[in-house]
Amino acid sequence: MTVGLNAFILIASLLFAIGMLGVLLRKNTLVIYMSLELMLNAVNLALVAFSRYNGTMDGNLFVFFIITVAAAEVAVGLAIIVALFRRRQTVMVDQLNALSR
Amino acid sequence: MLDILFYVFAAITLISALLMVLSPNAVNGAICMIVSFVGTAALFVLLEAYFLAILQVLVYAGAVMVLFLFIIMLLDVDKETNHYLKDKMTLAGSIMGFALLTILIFSTFVGDQHLPEAALPTVAENPTGEGLGIPFTTSAKSFGYSLFTKYMLPFQVTGFLLLAAMVGVIVVSKKEEDAK
Repeated sequence: MTVGLNAFILIASLLFAIGMLGVLLRKNTLVIYMSLELMLNAVNLALVAFSRYNGTMDGNLFVFFIITVAAAEVAVGLAIIVALFRRRQTVMVDQLNALSR
Repeated sequence: MLDILFYVFAAITLISALLMVLSPNAVNGAICMIVSFVGTAALFVLLEAYFLAILQVLVYAGAVMVLFLFIIMLLDVDKETNHYLKDKMTLAGSIMGFALLTILIFSTFVGDQHLPEAALPTVAENPTGEGLGIPFTTSAKSFGYSLFTKYMLPFQVTGFLLLAAMVGVIVVSKKEEDAK
């Protein structure tokens, strides 16, 4: 394969930038949350590429732990969003700009 | 052949990620997100991390996105109005930051004076790996060896974290009138 480490890091960086764009632009909390997952995914891709080109397993193990923690984080975050929706009847961040009402 | 596959999967990943960010409907966004995760799993296969590719499809594209779709459909929020942009300044700042980041990335990796290309090391035959430096192998066995030798404590902590998350989710999502 002639495409090397740089190409994978380039793709991971662009993916991270797209995720950041989503966090900055969108108003729906669920979509912001999916963009966060996209950024985690970009970091995973970079870690696997570094691990492969470094010849060690450590990067792959980090990705394993990141996937586990992200799955737990998604469950907690979505529960918080559902609790928030129950109380305020909205998930748009421009209407959720106060801690209490 | 592998080069063409890399470009195809990279394009699928990036384009569907962009579609997720820009689609006004959250359900369409979630479907695009699944495609993006599968594309990333294919890139993992190109990097010979087969176990992680399977894990990516099962956990991310499967479990996590099903949870997302379930919550999106449960809450049933209407489409974002005023063209899903928070305001003009946020849009301008995001576009500028994105453009700057892209220029930076291209000048680092693509231009004339990019970083030296690393040589691809050969995959180790021995999945066990003696000592602390565990060599890269394609088999899932090396994950087990690593998890139960070098990364024993993080593995245990992860298990405790999953338990804490489970209890936390139950507490948070309980109806409030039950407490009375």
